[in-house]
Order: sequence, then C-alpha cells, then structure tokens
Amino acid sequence: MTDSGPQSTETVVQLSRVTKRFGAVTAVDAVTLGIRRGEFFSLLGPSGCGKTTTLRLLAGLEEPDEGDVRLLGAVVNRRRPYERPVAMVFQNYALFPHLDVRRNVAFGLEQRRVPSAEIATRVRRALELVRLDPDVYARRMPSQLSGGQRQRVALARALVIEPAILLLDEPLGAIDLKLRKEMQLELKALNRQLGITFVYVTHDQEEALTMSDRIAVMDRARIAQVGTPAQVYEDPRTAFVADFIGECNFFAGTVTARENGLATVEAPGGATFRIPAADGLGPGRAVRIAVRPEWHDVWRPAEVPAAENALPGAVRDVVYLGETVHVIVRLADGADVRVALRNEGQLIKPVPWHPGDAVAVGWLPEDCQVLEEE
Amino acid sequence: MSRPRALLAGLNRRPRLVVASLLAPGTLWLVVFFFVPIAVVLAYSFMPRGVYGGVTGGTTLEHYRRFMDPLYLTVLRRTVVLAVACTGLCLLAGYPVAYVIARAGRWKNLLLFLIVMPLWTSFLVRTYAMIFLLRDTGFVNTVLLALGLVREPLTLLYTPGAVLAGLVYGYLPLMVLPIYVSLEKLDPTLLEAAEVLGARPAARFWRITVPLSMPGIVAGAMLVFIPALGAFLTPDLLGGAKQMMVGTLVQNQFGAARDWPFGSAASFVLMAVVLVAVLAYLRLRDRGSVEALA
Repeated sequence: MTDSGPQSTETVVQLSRVTKRFGAVTAVDAVTLGIRRGEFFSLLGPSGCGKTTTLRLLAGLEEPDEGDVRLLGAVVNRRRPYERPVAMVFQNYALFPHLDVRRNVAFGLEQRRVPSAEIATRVRRALELVRLDPDVYARRMPSQLSGGQRQRVALARALVIEPAILLLDEPLGAIDLKLRKEMQLELKALNRQLGITFVYVTHDQEEALTMSDRIAVMDRARIAQVGTPAQVYEDPRTAFVADFIGECNFFAGTVTARENGLATVEAPGGATFRIPAADGLGPGRAVRIAVRPEWHDVWRPAEVPAAENALPGAVRDVVYLGETVHVIVRLADGADVRVALRNEGQLIKPVPWHPGDAVAVGWLPEDCQVLEEE
Repeated sequence: MSRPRALLAGLNRRPRLVVASLLAPGTLWLVVFFFVPIAVVLAYSFMPRGVYGGVTGGTTLEHYRRFMDPLYLTVLRRTVVLAVACTGLCLLAGYPVAYVIARAGRWKNLLLFLIVMPLWTSFLVRTYAMIFLLRDTGFVNTVLLALGLVREPLTLLYTPGAVLAGLVYGYLPLMVLPIYVSLEKLDPTLLEAAEVLGARPAARFWRITVPLSMPGIVAGAMLVFIPALGAFLTPDLLGGAKQMMVGTLVQNQFGAARDWPFGSAASFVLMAVVLVAVLAYLRLRDRGSVEALA
C-alpha cells in the first residue's frame, strides 16, 4: 500500500469493532478503522450508511455500545466531548447566533481559561487563517454573513483551539458548487499546513477523491473498503464500492474454462468474455465483474480486435458531456452499458455512432475488476 | 423579472384596502375601550372630587399628593416587592419546568396541557381553594398537625406569604409558556457545538441556553410582573386588610370609597412603575448587558 500524503505512520484514531445501535437500528456495525497522524481521512457513503454516527462517536456525542474508541492511544469510550482532543465543524455550521464572529471563535478558548490578551491574538490569527479579514468581520453577527463566510467562521472556531483531530461533518454541503471547489482546496491546504488530522464525512464521492489521503467507503453500517482514492476507484472490492464511486458497468456469469492466464466466463444469455484467471477461479465458479465506462470501447461488430472482449448490442443513445461523450449500448440481454469516449471535438472529429447502429462493446480482459461477494 | 414585479405591484395597491378593513375592528375596539377610558382615568386623576363621588371642574394635584402619604407609599412598596418576588419565584420555579417540557419528546403536549389546565377554572374559584388550603383548619395545617410537626395550627392565611403563594400559583403558567417556546426553538446542535468546544454542562447552560431563551424569560417576566403589580383579588382574599396592595386600593376607591379621582391617581402611579420597569429593561438590552447579566 502506498501513501500519497506526508503523514506519519502513527495511529491517532483507532476504532476497534465499534458498534452503535439506536433502538432496533444498528447505525455502526463492528467497525474497525485506523487513522494516521496528519492524514486527511474521509468517511464516504450514502445517507444512512453510518458515517455521521461514526464521526459523532469520535467527537463523544455518541457512546459506543460495543468496542473501543481510541484517540491518541487512550480509550475514550465514555469521555465527554470536552475531555477529548477534538474539534468539530457541523453541517449547518452551528454558530452561536447571539455572539458575534469574534466571540464565536473565542468560545473554545474562553472555556479553556486562556488569558484574554492571548485569546485576542489567537482569534485574529484563526480568522486570517480561514481568510476572513478580522477588521471587517470580527464584530459581525452570524446572521449578517453569507453561507461561505459562516463556514469559514465555523472552521476558525474549531481550528483556534488547536485540536489534534478535526472532525468535519459534510461542511461544504450547503455551499454552491464554485465556492465548494475552492473550499475543498483550502481545506486540503490547511490539513497540510497545520498537520492536524482531518476526519471528513461526505456523501460526495468526487469531493472525497479530491481531498482525501485515504477514504473509508461505508455501506449499511459497515466499512466496505478503505484505501487511497486511486485504490477505491481503480480497485473496488465490492459492487457497492464500484457503483458508488464513479460509474460502473457490471457483468456476471459462470467460469467455463481457463487457459493462458485467462478464464472464460459465460453470461446467462450465452455470450462469453474473458477475465484474468486469479487463484480459485475454476470452472463452475460464479463471478461478477465491474468495468469503468472509460475502460470500454465501441466497435463495428466485424472490426473487434481479437484481444478484446466483445458483447454485441445496439446504440441506444449518445450523450454529450463536454470532456467525454457517453455512448449507451443496449446489449442482446436487455442490459444497458455506458461507454465513455474521450471528446476529441465533436465539431471536427465527431463520435461516429448513432442510435440504432449495431455495435459491439469491447474491453481488454485485464481492464476489469473481479468483485468479492458482499 | 417583469411579470413577478407587475404581480407584486398589483398586490401592493389592492390589499391596502383589505389590510385597512382587517385592522379596523381591532383598532376601533382599542380606541373605544382602551384609549378613551385611559384618557378619562387620566383626566379624573387631576380633577377635584365631587360631593357625591364624581368629579367637579378644575385641575388639582391633590390626589397624587395624597398618595405620597406614608400609608399609601407602604402599600406601593409592598406591591412592588410582592410583584418582584412573585416574578422571581415564577422564574425560578417555571424555568426548570419549561426546560423539562421542551425536552419531553412525545410527552410534550400532555405536559403543556397540564400547565394550561388550571386556566380553565375561574381565578376566583382557584383563589378560594387557596383559602381552604391555608386557613387554620385547612389542609396544610391538618397534615402538619397529624404528622405532629406542629402543636397548634400555623397562621398562614392573611400573611404576605399567603399573598405571594397565591400570586405565584396564579401566574406561573404565564412564565412557563413563553420560556417553553424559546427553549423549544433552541437548536440542540448549538449545545453539541459548545460541548465539543470544551463547555461543561454549567457553561453550556449559562453561555448558550440562558442567553438564547432570554426573549422567553423577558416575555414571561412581563406577563407575570404586570398583572402581579395590579393584582387585587389575591391580596384581598388571601391577604386581608393588613396586606393591601395598590390594586386592592384602586378597587376600594372606585367601589366602597367612591373616590374615583384618588383611585385614578393610584392607577396611574402603578402604570408609571410598569413604565419605569420596561424602560429599565430596554436600557439594559440596548447596552447589551442582558446577556452579560445572564
């Protein structure tokens, strides 16, 4: 496993078989997870997957029913939030509406009995860190700020107490797209600059891929996969991960033969394709594979290169997306396959496919991901 | 852009008439039954008393001068002290109740119903019930005697304590309801944010909960203080002649004593006290020290 970030190998957050139930609902189910010092770590998943509950377990806003939560090496299962080395940025910012920006940011320092002269300088520095001019904004009330400015105040309020671990619960969810992209880069830069471990909850896969050193993809209260953005995108272990992160086409069938390092798979409709013959892929074995749209190609049925898999079908639609052009092909068995072709200029070199064309969807046997059973 | 604007312009002109006709009944009612009587009372308070109880022409400060008599100033002082004490006790007793109800989940409505229920019964009947509880042979004394805690009945009725108990009992719901409303609106995420920022329970309460429920506290205090200041039934029934409040005095002047100008003057002194209290609050709020007080 390679790491993209400069973070150390010291584990600052460790969850060991942590379970949290709300009545009959298990929100977090035996989750084990380690997060390293300085890492930008994302918890990614659809709503209700348990990612926010996991974050709240780290904050101390929830207590685990089973398992241990360790922060900086110490078990903190029953410790209250104010006894933990964390700060948190909430989804709706949770700024105190009766306090101005300065007093919102000063709140955590006042609780820690920091001398008031030091509070003043640290509040200034925190506001400058999140690029809010203290002379302009310090005296404003939260109601006088835009969404993006509130987000910056919330961030300054959390950073000013210099936590070892910063927890962020979908902090950019309510901000418009352009500002969100900008804030993503700023958050990433702050993580590098301050050396604080960031644990970031999001349902936006693109956001997670952009910012994270590592991502834990969560599905129905469990961790489906942990890895770098490249690992979870290019080497998804389950159909859920493949489908949730980016787009994916799925093919299933039974292994009928293996030779020359390739296994031949027969799909229910009778069509066949080849996949890399990993250990244990003997004849009779049912398999499921995922292929990214950009790993596919579209061919005239007679022109498919011998090295490629090919499934016959007909073009259903051609969708122009700017960077790419998607060709949607309906296969003989009725399934749709999405193929992403790089846009080389539709005005000068248009994609030669039109709805109704008889084509074959092709891909190289090694350009697929054999999925584990979920 | 042009369509919505045209629509709004139309809305602006037409409803002016509609709005006026909707406001008219209420305005008329207030003018006829509030402003006019107040003006009459104000005028009476500056007019000499007539032989048979009415007023005669001319102006005089005699009634206000008479109120400055130590006898009446004692009544005024007692009234203010009782009203302030009643407001304070209602706040102390009412805030925790409102706090619990605001967090009671599905029991909320039932608890609110229980708070409001006493208001279904006539205030007079409820005050008489207090007499049955507090008199020498009443429930409280019976229990104390039966338990052997006292040897002879305590004098509870016709004391300042009885009046205060009656006032607190009567006005407590008026304190609970507005505080409940402001606590109900309080976003629990703010308390979580404070906790993660290092605030222990007491700090969360004083720094977040109390300041954010201040509008409810002020509304409740006004709703209790003003009627407590003007109370006449409770001091009359539970306090007797020795515990007279300004309200009782006014009632007597307009009733048995048939001295309407003096009753009017006493009413206006009371209104002046309310005015001073409200102005003092506004001064505090504008200087931003209400939160600091909390």
